[in-house]
Amino acid sequence: MTARERIAGNVANYVDERTGAAAWMKKNLNKVFPDHWSFLLGEIALYSFIILLLSGTFLTFWFDPSQREVVYEGAYQPLSGLKMSAAYASTLHISFEVRGGLLMRQIHHWAALFFMVAIVVHLLRVYFTGAFRKPREFNWIIGVGLLTLGIVEGFLGYSLPDDLLSGTGIRIAEAIIQAVPVVGTYIAFFAFGGAFPGEAFIPRIFTVHVLLLPGIFLALITVHLMLVWYQKHTQYPGPGRTEKNVVGYPLFPVYMAKAGGFFFIVFGVTTFIAAVASINPIWLYGPYTPGQISAGSQPDWYMGWLDGLVRMAPPLETHAFGHTISWNILIPGLIVPGIMFTGLALYPFIESWITGDKREHHLLDRPRNVPNRTAIGAMALTFTLIALINGGNDIIAQQFHLSINQIMWFSRIGILVLPPIAFVITKRICISLQRADRELVLHGKETGRLVRLPHGEFVEVHEEISPEKKWLLTSHEQSGALELPEIDKAGVRRTDAIRNKLRSRMSQANAEVAPKVSVQDLKEIEHH
Amino acid sequence: MKRLSKYRRHRAAAPLLLIIALLGIGTTFSVASATPNKSALALARSAIIEEGKQIFLKGCSSCHGLNAEGGAIAPSLIGVGAASVDFQVATGRMPMADMSTQAMRKAPVYSPQEVAALAAYVASLAPGPAIPGDELLNYERDGSVADGGELFRNNCAMCHNFAGQGGALTQGKYAPTVMGVDPVHIYEAMITGPQSMPVFSDKIITPEEKLSIIKWIKSAEAEPALGGASLGRVGPVTEGLLVWTLGIGILIGIAVWLAMKAR
Repeated sequence: MTARERIAGNVANYVDERTGAAAWMKKNLNKVFPDHWSFLLGEIALYSFIILLLSGTFLTFWFDPSQREVVYEGAYQPLSGLKMSAAYASTLHISFEVRGGLLMRQIHHWAALFFMVAIVVHLLRVYFTGAFRKPREFNWIIGVGLLTLGIVEGFLGYSLPDDLLSGTGIRIAEAIIQAVPVVGTYIAFFAFGGAFPGEAFIPRIFTVHVLLLPGIFLALITVHLMLVWYQKHTQYPGPGRTEKNVVGYPLFPVYMAKAGGFFFIVFGVTTFIAAVASINPIWLYGPYTPGQISAGSQPDWYMGWLDGLVRMAPPLETHAFGHTISWNILIPGLIVPGIMFTGLALYPFIESWITGDKREHHLLDRPRNVPNRTAIGAMALTFTLIALINGGNDIIAQQFHLSINQIMWFSRIGILVLPPIAFVITKRICISLQRADRELVLHGKETGRLVRLPHGEFVEVHEEISPEKKWLLTSHEQSGALELPEIDKAGVRRTDAIRNKLRSRMSQANAEVAPKVSVQDLKEIEHH
Repeated sequence: MKRLSKYRRHRAAAPLLLIIALLGIGTTFSVASATPNKSALALARSAIIEEGKQIFLKGCSSCHGLNAEGGAIAPSLIGVGAASVDFQVATGRMPMADMSTQAMRKAPVYSPQEVAALAAYVASLAPGPAIPGDELLNYERDGSVADGGELFRNNCAMCHNFAGQGGALTQGKYAPTVMGVDPVHIYEAMITGPQSMPVFSDKIITPEEKLSIIKWIKSAEAEPALGGASLGRVGPVTEGLLVWTLGIGILIGIAVWLAMKAR
């Protein structure tokens, strides 16, 4: 034993005698994680969050969250001598006078965009592979919560500099708050401490942005990761992988090195983009005054679909009992997003109700093998994408010389028509892919080699696929539809007959698949 | 010369010489700064107008009418002034390439002389806004960038975007970018209100304020991309596009690579 090993041993022993960490470490450092690139998407979100904490802390050293009026006398000449809020002036100060300030601001903002992109991409991975199924429903709900809070947190950060663009965003947020029937105006008054814009809003959202929401984020992310730890990571199906094991690499050293390295890569890529591409150039927007507006005012992309929904809403308004209800804001601004997020959060429960599957699942699905779920996902994505496109309708119209009215009508009709079409097409593609899998198992893969048989017939030689691949293509289960009785044993119509009928119908749609290769099929093929 | 030189010391010599010198300077000056008389000026002017009229008849009258009185597809040009003609023709908007939503800025069809002739002809029909002269357009001297920015955000940004990049209007119409536009044309646009643009008369925006706006536009034009690539200065749409393509593309590529190496 060398001197160095002895010292290290002594230190480890000292810590272990006081904390008992050795047993815990031994168990957990050997914990196995499956390896797949799509399992790293959530890590991008986690690392972006850490980048946000670090860069955000830097920005608070100089940012002055106040709407106190100041006269700008800083380095940026085109704004020299203008009256503006201290929040805006200090953001200019960070951008032009603090060393590395502009880079930090851009890192912070790009990291926020990365954070939201990574959350969405991670969510799509979890959704399309069925990783939300029992026992992971709670973690799914926490994830949906993080997504929702991420949108709010991003919007508040975008609002803080009090530039012309962010002030416009706050104005729209105020309009959406006011659209809440009856209490909307009161809530808006409480939130802004009086009439818009007032002097209370920036300091308030600053506290929420840097204290409350990051705290909630930390707590939720911790629980999210602890649940992954406790429930163990899901894995893709493959030979040797079952519902009862995890095939992969131990946390230490393989995964720790990978994850640690990936953190620096994410930080590096974010910094690179922040160094070469401008984001939120607030000095060009100018200070916020309610009388001004810029053409093409947009929220960040994660709010863009909401903006798109509001933009496409037809002008509907009712007046009753001294109250105005702005349906054109209430429906796209609150009701539709409410339905979307509730549906997203409840999806695991809805699916398990439809399939009647209450078992635990640790093996992931290939999206094609669950056509209905994949098609619902495609439908939701199409809906959101059309809303997002409409959110940028003015920029699209301007850049491609199109009519903004036509884009809006395309969106209005498309958002109703295209999602069902996407559902049908996706489902058909999934079932076709299942048939292709079946072909592959039964007849092997096409080699492109044509052979002429002695009697003159041309055939293409098919090559049998490997047993591992065959296993992969046939290991998934295909459970049939639920058949729920409408009439009970005594021949009387059940009280829940309608619900059962609905459930059976949905279950049938869910069970629609191309039958996978059975033993019978293989026996038949051998006779040929 | 001897006879002449003996009067050199004569009492009258100095005043006489002075008178001769003054006469000489005066004559030279009057010859050098000679201007043609009024009737000659009017003659040249009517020649330009006549030239403009000929160009008008050939290139413009099929839509705007033989006497610029307008028609079913084009407005009357009586009283629009030289500034309007200069803006529309010198920026290539007129003659229109097609009759769709609005006239696009393109390479001008007519030479500066021809544009001047056309402007003179249209101005001769009825009084209207004149082309601002160089002395009036000294925005570097008379304008203020900060005021111009404030004026631009108050009056122009709602259509032309916060950085003058242009924006969409209804039914395929648009406010064009104000980047790379000649100061005289920016000024003319403000006083004539071409196409969907309102007129900003001198009562609404004073001439000095107009110069401030021009100075701000020129300053925004010259401003380097301070935070890296500007992404078109159109706001968060291009930022979102970048993060969804290049940004997450790089990271997913690296994730695939990381997961691949372990195999």
